[in-house]
Amino acid sequence: MAQHQITYREAIAEAIKEEMARDDRVFLMGEDLGRFGGTFGTTRGLLREFGEERVRDTPISETALIGFGLGAALIGMRPIVEIMRIDWMAICMDEIANHVAKMRYLSAGRPEVAMVIKTNAEGGLGLGAQHSQSFEAWLVHVPGLKVVMPSNPYDGKGLLKAAIRDPNPVIFIEPVTLLSISGAVPTKDYVVPLGKADIKREGTDATIVAWGTLLPKALNAAQTLADEGIEVEVVDPRSLWPLDIETIITSVKKTGRLVVAHQAMKRCGVGAEIVALVQEQAFDHLDAPIQRVATPDVIIPVNRNLERTVLPQEEQIVAAVKSIS
Amino acid sequence: MQLTKEALLGMYRRMVRIRLFEVSLPHYFEEGYIAGTGHVSMGEEAVAVGACSALDENDYIMSTHRAHGHVLARGASMPVILAEVFGKATGCTGGKGGSMHVSDFDRNFLGTSAIVGGGITIAGGIGLAIKMKKTNQVCLDFFGDGASTRGTFHEGLNLAALWKVPTVFLCINNQYAMTLPLGKGCANIDISARAVAYDMPGQRVDGTDVIAVYEAVKSAVERARKGEGPSLIECVTYRLSPEHSLRVGTVAGTEYRPEGEVEEWWEKHDPIKIFKQNLKELGYLADELADKIEAEAKKELDEAVDFALKSPEPGPESAFEGIYAQEGGR
Repeated sequence: MAQHQITYREAIAEAIKEEMARDDRVFLMGEDLGRFGGTFGTTRGLLREFGEERVRDTPISETALIGFGLGAALIGMRPIVEIMRIDWMAICMDEIANHVAKMRYLSAGRPEVAMVIKTNAEGGLGLGAQHSQSFEAWLVHVPGLKVVMPSNPYDGKGLLKAAIRDPNPVIFIEPVTLLSISGAVPTKDYVVPLGKADIKREGTDATIVAWGTLLPKALNAAQTLADEGIEVEVVDPRSLWPLDIETIITSVKKTGRLVVAHQAMKRCGVGAEIVALVQEQAFDHLDAPIQRVATPDVIIPVNRNLERTVLPQEEQIVAAVKSIS
Repeated sequence: MQLTKEALLGMYRRMVRIRLFEVSLPHYFEEGYIAGTGHVSMGEEAVAVGACSALDENDYIMSTHRAHGHVLARGASMPVILAEVFGKATGCTGGKGGSMHVSDFDRNFLGTSAIVGGGITIAGGIGLAIKMKKTNQVCLDFFGDGASTRGTFHEGLNLAALWKVPTVFLCINNQYAMTLPLGKGCANIDISARAVAYDMPGQRVDGTDVIAVYEAVKSAVERARKGEGPSLIECVTYRLSPEHSLRVGTVAGTEYRPEGEVEEWWEKHDPIKIFKQNLKELGYLADELADKIEAEAKKELDEAVDFALKSPEPGPESAFEGIYAQEGGR
């Protein structure tokens, strides 16, 4: 299959461009995404390609953005709404949790709310307390939503295309530190199905489940551990809901050991859900207590050293695997 | 814009139907047929009927937690709406939404938000989609005076006006946000005046006058259909029901209103009484016809009650249905 090397941010723009060309119901709206091309550059070139009617720069009105997207979806459009940072989903969480997620259920299943809410999450860029968080667990907690958080250009493009085609509201979360990484992406149309995990590295001694910024860190950790004779399997769930727990369970049954790593807060993070599911479904296959590597009970500071101190790093993943090996 | 005798009598008939429906509910609530809560709209019938009469069949409506009157004014089946209020399988959402989530998708009544102010931005988005699809429809959005203090009001009206979407924002000012009087919640009690801030027309009308409501909405709808953008209409009326909602375990909590206020509004400003008198003066409504209209509405309500009571409870499996749509979009 023909491929090209592009960055994650280019992969996002490419996915939107292809889907807008494919389906005239798809349109894009958000803050600074047209003329400016997006604060993180994921919508560059789309205004020129499709014009102001379908690539809508909006005022700073997160509440109205989600409400307008929902209204448009209710009568058959397929909006992609960007919330510039996941931190600001707090502003429009009423629209997302009480309206977008529930409108179909409260309408006897009549409307399709085919809507994508695209955002980015995680810290590591020194952006501080209100621009560095990872709220994916908030969203996974709401029935009616699907939540994906892909960690490379191939998965990003394929999952965004699947999200746009899905008849349900999908929250698409870009890990902000990974937007500049490059990877091979097919030039032909493809999708990555929602709800399918991917084994990024095979191994037999322990399983690491990681996503977002922690996924490349987990792969580096796996290499370090391999040099010391510990063969780790790395599973990227890609979709956090629906969650492909089967792939995780299959891996744990093979390795008997599990570490879950994410940058979101440890307390009530999605990792806690994965730990609970694994002990419910594969308790007898575990040879050691499950470990979590995540951000401790803290607010994210700007100072580089402080930020690095609070956010989970590769060496903590290595240590977690060793502690149960 | 002159309404025919037939049209006026039709509007009166719909107001009477809504009134009978609403006044019957506290009894069924107390008897345990209605779970949780419900919101009745006595005093707001002229707004519901006047506004809905100004729409075309394929226009859209978005509404609030207090929407029985709106959906009935749109022509929804009374038995189906009552069955929903009773939580039955035959209701418009199969008993899952209840009183606060009535809808009629066959009549483009796209439902409600039971979060005060939650529907305003959704109605703006419906307007946006109409504009993008170039279908020449209009969206009417009902919300209350309480919603006018939400941020959604500001964000929604600003964006709707900026993009000139065909949405008519209709504020039912019933003078109380739950128990808070208008003047204790709004620095400026003239809600329609805020339209200036969004560069859209704002109009304050007597919400007990069905013709005034009809005419205001009609001209806002025509403007929207011509592509000239949204309008804000404030219909001033009064919540005649003793309490803001049907509630369990509270004594009639009406102390928040000045003594005699409710009685005075019933006496002097009951929209149905006013319209009845007007129709009589026009020579359109003899006592005999008025009695007949009431008897017919009563009969329709009795049949709706019978239908709702006899309807089955939803099966337990239905609680898990309708959350996600199946795959297979274009």
